[in-house]
This record gives sequence, structure tokens and C-alpha cells, in this order.
Amino acid sequence: MNAFMLALRQVRYENTAFWRNPVSAFFTFVFPLMILAIFNLIFGNRELDVPGGTTHTATFYVPAIMALSVIYTCFHNVAIGVCYGRERGLLKRTRGTPLPSWAFLFGRITHAVLLAILLVAIVTAFGALFYNVDIPSNTLPALAVTLVVGAATFCALGLAVTALIPNADASPAVVNGATLPLLFISDVFIPLSDAPRWLTVFADIFPIKRLAAAMHTAFNPFETGAGFEWVHLLVMLGWMAVALAVAVRYFSWEPRS
Amino acid sequence: MSTVRTPTSTPVITVRGLRKSYGTVEAVRGIDLGVSSGEVFALLGPNGAGKTTTVEILEGQRDRTAGDVWVLGHDPGRNERALKRRIGIVLQSTGVDPYLNVQETIDLFRGYYPHPLPTDEILDVIGLREQRKTLVRRLSGGQQRRLDVAIGLAGDPELLFLDEPTTGFDPSARRGAWGMIRNLRSLGKTVLLTTHYMDEAENLADRVAIMVDGRIVAEGTPADLVRRDSATTIRFRAASAAGEPPAGLGAQPTDSNGGYTVTTATPTETLHALTGWALERGIELAELSVSQPTLEDLFVELAGRGGGERGDA
Repeated sequence: MNAFMLALRQVRYENTAFWRNPVSAFFTFVFPLMILAIFNLIFGNRELDVPGGTTHTATFYVPAIMALSVIYTCFHNVAIGVCYGRERGLLKRTRGTPLPSWAFLFGRITHAVLLAILLVAIVTAFGALFYNVDIPSNTLPALAVTLVVGAATFCALGLAVTALIPNADASPAVVNGATLPLLFISDVFIPLSDAPRWLTVFADIFPIKRLAAAMHTAFNPFETGAGFEWVHLLVMLGWMAVALAVAVRYFSWEPRS
Repeated sequence: MSTVRTPTSTPVITVRGLRKSYGTVEAVRGIDLGVSSGEVFALLGPNGAGKTTTVEILEGQRDRTAGDVWVLGHDPGRNERALKRRIGIVLQSTGVDPYLNVQETIDLFRGYYPHPLPTDEILDVIGLREQRKTLVRRLSGGQQRRLDVAIGLAGDPELLFLDEPTTGFDPSARRGAWGMIRNLRSLGKTVLLTTHYMDEAENLADRVAIMVDGRIVAEGTPADLVRRDSATTIRFRAASAAGEPPAGLGAQPTDSNGGYTVTTATPTETLHALTGWALERGIELAELSVSQPTLEDLFVELAGRGGGERGDA
């Protein structure tokens, strides 16, 4: 089997193992839907006049939930999964086989990206079915590009952050500590309208706000352009480059002691 | 790195002057090793002796500080896939995905190698045929360890590394594992195993190197090692009425109740003198025993000596 076939085979095994843990799989998929339902309960789902027409407010919740889905399936899943694999010795054992290192990581990352795509599709369908969400058509290429760039960026960040995590038990705390505060100041959970200016500028540095904003434009059914937020996409790619450099330099295949 | 090519007649493993430091701590302090094809070689030593560091350098899992290492004609420090295809590694701690079943796990690893062993053959060798559809997380500790060995065998390796393969096994599981290792040997595999169990080395290994405190302090067949330290121990108990045993025997009292031990290189002569003395005094030598040193005695002695050196350093 050549290396690329081996890498694809890794994706299949990652997928089998993922669905064997039904509680984890269930919450990965239910969590974003739960947040969407809660947004509708708290903020309501009013009809809204926007430039270009009328829609429901839920149409603007969906891209935020998409960003959240990408961050959880890519950043959280990859980082926590790698930390557990590292601690169990799975990474070290795999490194002792002829499987190229990149093929192992490709399996992990590709599986996370596929989960993100599936979850984004489910959130969209759920919104359209239950909350009158309007699905855009002319910005779909931008939505796809944003999704892939965001997923790749957060997977790379997930790999990089494992260099900072001492052991598997600490991994959920570290990744939540990194994302939760940023989710609150990045227009994902709540619009940040009355916040001090420095906080807005601070949030601009990080890729969470960039992903949420890019998703927002790419999912706007009344967007007149193609919906690409090039600046946001470039900032995300910058983070991805830094994350990959950190991962290449500091990634560990052995448990940290 | 040198580009010396090694001829095909080279032993499977050759180590010259291997050293490994972690910061200021020297875990391996200049060792030489040679393992030939088809041999079961045991690296025996107490915990912390540097066995795992040595084996992991040979496996290519760890860099070395100094020395030359050749494994199947490759330098394992180069992380070459060509070498990894020919070796099997069973690490000290287990590590497979808990949510795959036994057969999936074996097949996953078989896929990494060009000429894997058939799955059924592996399942038979490790005795997990009944558990082929069981999730890894539902296996017992001993079964998981056997699955580790299964993964090491997946690629039909010429050389198998077993790092403490039976630590934590109950006695019957250990016997089972020993049978499995003997079976590998009969298939012509070369096996390098580390252990801190004397009986394991004695029962399985063609040759043993005893490692203490980063150095190899003795090497040879189990019989050679015992012979090297060939003093025979005679133990007995003499009634106090008989008085002291003759000074020429060099008997050392072991308690205040007439117990003695004599260590001798000439047991026939010593026994003759001892029994002559007892007959002359008209006493019975209670609890008389004559014992050959075991690998365990040698190991305890060498390990104790090594510990002393460390204390002085």
C-alpha cells in the first residue's frame, strides 16, 4: 500500500473509533444544535428587515454556530485526542511502525475536517427545518472556502496547543480556557456592541472572531458580492502558518513527564 | 554520521561504545552488544539500569549521545522506513485505540507492512482468537499486553524487541508468554527482550547481558554466567556441643544457633573435610545442603555492587 492510501486508511479507522464512543459522538453533534435552540429561546426568532430583503434572526445565528462547530470538532477534538493518544503511548507506538508520521496526522486532521463539514451541514438543515433559516446560494463557494480554511487553521492550532499541555487530564481545561473567553468577545455567543474598544481590538487578533465574521458574510443570503472575507481568511492562514511551525518544532510523540 | 557499509554476515545487532545522557544524568555509560540472527537475547537488570533507554535507541525511538549502533545493517538513528519494515516493537507500556476491536487493531497495523503475517496466525500465536471482536477497552490487562505483542508481530519482523513483556502478568500468563516467545524463536526470529525477572532470562534467553547502572557488568549464556561465579554454597547446622567447625573450612556462622555457611570452589574436598569432622565428633549435620549459585544470586550480587558504585559516585 502506498503512503497516500495508508493515510486515507487512517481516516477510516479514526472514523470507526469515533463512532464507537457514542456518548462523545452524540455530544459532538448535539452541542451545536443545543446552542442554536438556546439562542432561539433567549433572543427569539423575529422577522428582520435587512438590506436586500426580509429574513429571520436565526439566519444570523447559524454562521455563529458553524464557527463554534468548526472550533469544537477541529481545535478541541484534535488537541484532546492527540493528548490522550500521546499519553496512552499510541503515538509512540505508531512512530515505531513504517507508517509515515504525516499519514498518521493526516488521518486525525482529515477526520476532524470531515466531522466539521458534516456538522455544518446538519446545523444548516436544522436551522432551515425548524427556524426558517434562509440558505444562501451565490455565496456557497465562499462558505466552502471559509469552512475549509477555518477547519484547517483550527486543526493546526489543535496540534500546536498540545505542546503546551502537560498531560491528557489537563487537555479539556487548557482548550476550553483558550477558546471560551474568546468565544464571548468574538461575536459568536453575543454581539459585542457596547464593549470597550481595546477589547474589540484584542479580539481582532485571534482567529475565532475572524472565522465567525467570515462565516457571517459567507452565509448572508442577501450578500451581493461573492462573500469572501479575504482579510479574515488571510489572518486565519497566518495563524495556521504559525501553528504549523510550532507543531513541527515542538510536537511530541511521547508522553510528557 | 559515518557511511560505513556493513556486510551481510554482520550480526543482527551491533553496539559499540553506546552512551546516552539526559542532561547531566548518564543513563547508558558506554556499552557494547552483539546479537546474532535467530538468537533470543535478554537484557537483564534492575529498574533504572538503562535497559529501556538502550532498547529504545536500538528501535529508533530515541537519539543517542555517542557510540555506533547497527540494527539489520541500518543506523536506527536515521529513522528509516526500510528498517521499521523489518522490526517489531513491543513497548513497555501499551498503546492502542480503546475503541477498535482486536481484529481491527491487528489489521490496522498489518497494513503498515509490506509482508504482514495472516491475522488468524497472529491471533493463534497470542491466543486471542475468541476475543477477535472484543473492543480493546474491554480486554483484561494481560489480554491487552498480548495484543501489544500481536502488533509487534503484525509485520512478520525479522527482529522483535520486547520491553518487559511479562511485567504485571500472573504466573500462568507468564508461562503462556514464555511459550509464545519460544515459539517465535522456533520460527527463526531474533528476539531482544528486557526483563528484571531472573527466571525469565534463564528460561528464555540463549544469551544474557546483565545491565546495572548504565553498564553491562556480565554477559554470556545463563550457564556461563553462573559458572563464572562458580563458588558452591554449603549450609549446615551443628550442635553447639561439637564446638567450632575446623578453621580451615572458613565456615561463617549465620545465626547464634549453630547455623553456618561455607562458600567453596572445591566442594568435594570441603564436604569431605566437613563430614569427616562431624563423624569424628559423633554429631549430625542438620539441614545440610549444597547449592550451586543461580543467576539470581549473581544478579543480586552484581546489582548490589552497582548500587554501591552509584552511592560512591
